[in-house]
Amino acid sequence: MKGRRKVASDKKEKIVVTNLHKHFEDNEVLKGVDAVVTEGEVVCVIGPSGSGKSTFLRCLNKLENATSGDIIIDGYDITDKKVDINKVRENIGMVFQQFNLFPNMTVKKNIMLAPVELKKLKPAEADKKASQLLERVGLLEKATAYPGELSGGQQQRVAIARALAMNPDIMLFDEPTSALDPEMVGEVLDVMKELAAEGMTMVVVTHEMGFAREVADRVLFMADGGIIEQGTPEQIFGNPQNERTQDFLKKVL
Amino acid sequence: MNFGRVLSEATPLLLEGLKLTIGVSLIAIAIGIVIGLLMCLMKMSNNIILRAIAGVYIWIIRGTPMLVQAFIVFFGFPQLIQVFSPSFRLDAFTAGVITLSLNAGAYLAEIFRGGILAVPKGQSEAARSLGLSKSKTMLKVVLPQAFKFSIPSLVNQFIISVKDTSILSVIGLAEIVNKAKTYVGKSYEFFATYIFVAVFYLAIISILMLISNYIEKKLKYEGKKKSGK
Repeated sequence: MKGRRKVASDKKEKIVVTNLHKHFEDNEVLKGVDAVVTEGEVVCVIGPSGSGKSTFLRCLNKLENATSGDIIIDGYDITDKKVDINKVRENIGMVFQQFNLFPNMTVKKNIMLAPVELKKLKPAEADKKASQLLERVGLLEKATAYPGELSGGQQQRVAIARALAMNPDIMLFDEPTSALDPEMVGEVLDVMKELAAEGMTMVVVTHEMGFAREVADRVLFMADGGIIEQGTPEQIFGNPQNERTQDFLKKVL
Repeated sequence: MNFGRVLSEATPLLLEGLKLTIGVSLIAIAIGIVIGLLMCLMKMSNNIILRAIAGVYIWIIRGTPMLVQAFIVFFGFPQLIQVFSPSFRLDAFTAGVITLSLNAGAYLAEIFRGGILAVPKGQSEAARSLGLSKSKTMLKVVLPQAFKFSIPSLVNQFIISVKDTSILSVIGLAEIVNKAKTYVGKSYEFFATYIFVAVFYLAIISILMLISNYIEKKLKYEGKKKSGK
C-alpha cells in the first residue's frame, strides 16, 4: 500500500493522507497536505477561515474529490475509483456545521434511516439502537419530535447520534458548534468529549480553542492550504513555533 | 336567455362531458407525473445523451401551443403511421390523453427539478456521508422533500391541465366545452350555457384546491425554527 509508514506505537493508522491537492477551478485550496491519524486519536484542526480546513475534512469521506494525492482510510484508498466509497463511508460518521438533519423525519427516523436502508440492522433493532443513542446524548424524550421543534444544540446532538448509528470507527466534525448560540455550545462539546474518552478516532475542525486544548491528542494548524504546524495542544497553544500560528493564536485567544 | 331551459336541457349533456373532462385530466396527470419525474431525473443526470433527450422534449413541448400538439397527435401522427399500417386509427380520447400527458409531463419535469434544487445540498451530503448510495439518497431523502416544495406549483399545473382539456374539444373529444358547443348550436343559448360551463370548471378546480390545501397541511413538518440561529 502506498503512503504507509511504520509508527512507533502499536496503534493502527486509521487515516493516512499523502500529498493531497484540491483545486476548485483555478483556486488551489489544498496544496499538498500530509497527515496521519491513528486509532483512538483525537485530532483538532484549527486555522483561519479559508485555510482549507473544511475542504481537507470533506476530502476524508469524499464529499470533495481530491484533485491528486492519496487518502487511505482503514486501508482503503478512497481516491481509487474501484473502492466502493459507500462501504467506506459506513465506517466514517460525519457531523456538519448546519446539522443537516432530515426535516421530514422524526428524530428517531433520522437515526434509523441508514442502518435500516443499508440493512445493517432490522427495524426493531435499529429502533432499540436509536433509543440507546438518544439516551446517550440525553434526548430520549425527543424521539418522536421533528428536527424543527428542537434547539440548535439538541439538533446537533441528534446529528451526532445519527452519525453513530452505523457504528463508525472514525468521526469527522466540521465546525460542529459554529452555528450554535453560545449557551448551546457546551452541551454539544460534552457529547464529543465523552466520545473522545471512549476512544473514538476523531478529526475535529473547530474554532473552540478550549475544546482543542482540553480534548485533542494532537492539534493541526492549517493556513493557506497546508498544515503549517502540528503538535500536542501544549506545544501548539503553549509554545507555537511558526509565525503564522503565533499570529493566529494571538487573534483568537 | 332562459336559464331554466338550459339547466334542464343542458345539464345532462354537460355532466356527460364533465365525466370525460375529469377522466382525461386524471389519466393525463397520472401519466404526466411519471413522464415528468423521468424527464426531470434525465435532465439532472450526468449522462449527456439522457440530458439532451429530456432537454429537447421539454423545449419542443413548451415551445409549441397545445392546440398544435393536439392537431399533430390526432390528425398528423395517424397519417404518418398509416403509411406503414393503413388500418391505423386513433380515437379522440386516446389522442387527447397523449397530448395532455406529454404537455403536462414537460411542465411537471421542470417543477420537479425546481423542487429538487430547492432541497439544501447539506441534505444529500448528510445522507451520502452515512453510506447511502446516490439513488437511495434521491429516493429516501431528496425526493420526499422536493415533493413538498413542489406542491404549490404542482397544483397549479394540475389546474392548468384540467382547464386545457377544453382545448381538446377541437379534436372532437366530447368533454364539457364540446358538449356545450353542440347544445348551443341547436338552442342559441350562448350566455346561460357558457356560464354553466364556467361554473362546472370552477367547481372542479375548487375541489382540487381544497384537496391540495389538505395535503399541504398534512405535510407540514417544520416546526417554528429552521436552525439553531
